Amino acid sequence: MSADWPLWEVFVRAKAGLAHRHVGSVHAPDAQLALRHARDTYTRRGEGVSLWVVPSAEIGASDPDEAGPLFEPAADKIYRHPTFYDIPDEVKHI
Amino acid sequence: MASLPPIDVPQGVTGAGAFDAPAAGEPDPARFDYLLRLGDDSLILGQRLGEWCGHAPALEVDLSLTNLALDLVGQATHLLDAAGACEGAGRDGDALAFHRDVLDFRNCLLVEQPNGDFGRTIARQLLFSTWQHLLFQRLAESSDKFLREIAAKAVKEVAYHRELASEWTVRLGDGTEESAQRMREGLDWCWRFVPELFEVDELLDGLIARGIAADPRSFEDEYRSALAAVLADARLDVPPDQRPILGARRGHHSEHLGHLLAQMQFLPRTYPDAKW
Repeated sequence: MSADWPLWEVFVRAKAGLAHRHVGSVHAPDAQLALRHARDTYTRRGEGVSLWVVPSAEIGASDPDEAGPLFEPAADKIYRHPTFYDIPDEVKHI
Repeated sequence: MASLPPIDVPQGVTGAGAFDAPAAGEPDPARFDYLLRLGDDSLILGQRLGEWCGHAPALEVDLSLTNLALDLVGQATHLLDAAGACEGAGRDGDALAFHRDVLDFRNCLLVEQPNGDFGRTIARQLLFSTWQHLLFQRLAESSDKFLREIAAKAVKEVAYHRELASEWTVRLGDGTEESAQRMREGLDWCWRFVPELFEVDELLDGLIARGIAADPRSFEDEYRSALAAVLADARLDVPPDQRPILGARRGHHSEHLGHLLAQMQFLPRTYPDAKW
């Protein structure tokens, strides 16, 4: 039966203030049941306070064959990393 | 005339009578029976839903149904432990679940019905969870402290069960020709067990008078109109009323419960000292 259903990507917000994070995917006939399935699959142990589901087919993805031109130019630009100053301990989630 | 000294009323006192409730330890057979009715409903439906584990139409549905089962078994644990304490014969929830014979079970007929196909399972869930949700809403106002507390906690779980069952009813009823047909057949199978949910026998009447039990007759209209609304969304007709089947609350069960118990009780009865 699940083969007949579209795939949905699931995003969970662990607690207020944090961003939703991708956790996996579920099959479901529509968005409402995808939320139910996501709740029962990914938040059984109190992992979240909010859920998003997105049709997998609607996600635009980069082409792995283009990984070279897309990502390698950033590799040698170490001055873009914030490593030249200290981050205070009180600053979380960076 | 000298005035009497003021009476100190401790904070949080509601005036709802500690004197009305039997003292702890005093046997209360009616309350014991009511706790069994509630606990057995949850236990038996939890066991039934657990039978879907590994067999549901999709992995996601497998998880959904077993999640409901876990909620229900959790409720049963609390309710049967409390029943054991109320009985005062040294039995705990496990003893009541696994070492009790079929005639002593007090669950309604609806929850012991076989799963059938997914349509019938959803029909049973819709009819039961809608009832249990309305019941627990009222039990949250019970004069019995334990029932108030467990109902307040379980009502959120059951609200989810009710929503899930309602949504699946609409998906199946308003789905394909085959899914609608299966949903109709499931409802037809389960419908004759609805009147039992609203039956008030002498025992329940006494508990309602004491403010312990909720009176199901007070929400039968709400129940029927809630179901009618879901079925209208699902483009299904409300099934015609059938000859009601009663008696499970007094131990007269269908032939299905014995088979369920044989499977559920086999291990603890064969190995009474088993631990896991």
